[in-house]
Amino acid sequence: MAKNRFTKTNFLWLLLIIVSYFLINLLINIGIINKVYQTVMLTIGINIILAISLNLIIGITGQFSLGHAGFMSIGAYSTGVIVKQMGGNLSSVFIGMAVGILLSSIVALIVAIPTLRLKGDYLAIATLGFGEIIRIVIQNMKITNGAAGLVLPKLLDWKLVFLFLVISTFIVVAFTNSAPGRACISVREDEIASETMGINTTKYKIMAFVIGAILASIAGTLYASSFYVIKPDNFSFNKSIDILVIVVFGGMGSYTGSFVSALLIGILNTSLQSFADIRTIIYGALLVMIMIFRPQGILGNYEFKFSNLLKRFNKKEARS
Amino acid sequence: MNQFLQQLINGISLGSIYALIALGYTMVYGIIKLINFAHGDIYMLGAYVGFIFATKTGMGLVPTLIVSMVFCAILGVVIEMIAYKPLRNATRITALITAIGVSYFLEASTQKIMGTSPRAFPALLPKGLIKLGKVTITYQQVFILTITILLMIALQFIVTKTKIGRAMRAVSTDTDAARLMGIDVNKTISFTFALGSALAGAAGVLVGIYYSSITPLMGLVPGVKAFIAAVFGGIGIIPGAMIGGILIGIIEALVSGYGSSLYKDAVVYVILIIILVVKPAGLLGKNIREKV
Repeated sequence: MAKNRFTKTNFLWLLLIIVSYFLINLLINIGIINKVYQTVMLTIGINIILAISLNLIIGITGQFSLGHAGFMSIGAYSTGVIVKQMGGNLSSVFIGMAVGILLSSIVALIVAIPTLRLKGDYLAIATLGFGEIIRIVIQNMKITNGAAGLVLPKLLDWKLVFLFLVISTFIVVAFTNSAPGRACISVREDEIASETMGINTTKYKIMAFVIGAILASIAGTLYASSFYVIKPDNFSFNKSIDILVIVVFGGMGSYTGSFVSALLIGILNTSLQSFADIRTIIYGALLVMIMIFRPQGILGNYEFKFSNLLKRFNKKEARS
Repeated sequence: MNQFLQQLINGISLGSIYALIALGYTMVYGIIKLINFAHGDIYMLGAYVGFIFATKTGMGLVPTLIVSMVFCAILGVVIEMIAYKPLRNATRITALITAIGVSYFLEASTQKIMGTSPRAFPALLPKGLIKLGKVTITYQQVFILTITILLMIALQFIVTKTKIGRAMRAVSTDTDAARLMGIDVNKTISFTFALGSALAGAAGVLVGIYYSSITPLMGLVPGVKAFIAAVFGGIGIIPGAMIGGILIGIIEALVSGYGSSLYKDAVVYVILIIILVVKPAGLLGKNIREKV
């Protein structure tokens, strides 16, 4: 029996996407969202892609990765190098993106197969090591122009970031709700128990890791083609931590949480712009406080769903 | 051959500093299973405290070393009390993220207070060279190695011969059993943090003298490398951290001597991954089977 794809909830999601697209478009056209806010918006959009992709690895599959910025840099540099070689047009961005996806999935496989056998904090350190190796290699290559980095033309506007945000969200949500996604959740809950139930835990861990890496590489492409300059230092261990903060702050395992916290942190960053030097102090203190007082993040593992909303709505109607 | 010996000496003196930092990692990990990410920053603060004390008072090496060690010991205990104690029963990932938060906080606060630019560390040791054939050893290297060895002997004495040391070993073997035997677990953990942080503080001063320049972010890379050293030797095992630290130092010196110094960090990370995959328990560790 084929599943009905044209449900009420799917329709509502589509509606939400279209409405927000036109709303942003309108706000830009009448000038409420100016150039500065557009940059903020791009950053938030890219951060959401990074956060949900890391959330898939950490929150859903329970594998603690600290090397996410490495995969982002693969995407960014693939795009950067190809745009430089081919001259700046939009098609070179897409070729760069494809190369980035290919490279990052190969690297993710190389990283994943040995390291995902490790557990918890050992895995964290191993992925940190891999992330740093990627950065050091980029820093020492000729084609990437070493530590000085690449200067690129701006080739994207917010519409493409929006498009890829929607696509990535769809991918992670669809994956999480599929059978492999359920297997990933069971790995998170209890690896030994799920292995006993006949789940090939290694396979699902690698699957989640590679999907996360691919999405991070896409985010890297978007980053490279909207912020002019890419340097190896942009993708250091600190960037991985920034992404981690978003995920943890929003709630590990909640994509809605990642959205909300990327938005909040983006706004916080913009409003703290004039206090850039104390920003990191606040970040650090915030991270410690969240872990002590609300280790599950703002939203815990709550997920916003139209089906829940509809259910509540229907109940109310039935009562009256 | 001469070059090899020279790099070996450089590696041992650098590695002994890594070993000092690694000891703090390994003791804390042994006792509460926490990768104390902020440990590298305690080492950085040790260097800064030494810098401020030495420039303001103009005193020599020993007072500077003691002041910085005492400061770091207190700081380590305070951090443990504020950030890690509430999380005693939390998951290890939660504790790790907290440690990252503490590390961020310390780095950024130092940047704010002391500025981001590097500071010149006062030369507290006499400059000079000993020539043995074609191999040169600086006085600094001799002093650093001597101080490190003295500190390690002191640590070994505390851990194996004193009452609190016995408590430390008991808590790291089995916390609950230790508590049942009447050991004050919280006090023991605080003491472990004090001890580890004091060693990191000493390492900070020594590195300040060795490189004669300090920055607020200097703790990041040595912190990770010291952790790798601890894993290399077998985390939780004190002699393992010493051996691991010195080996990492030697490998690094040999890579920069013979290959490219640009890749020396990458080589260390590759080693880490190989150890983790091949023998996660480390050189001196025993493999433990997982029980369901």
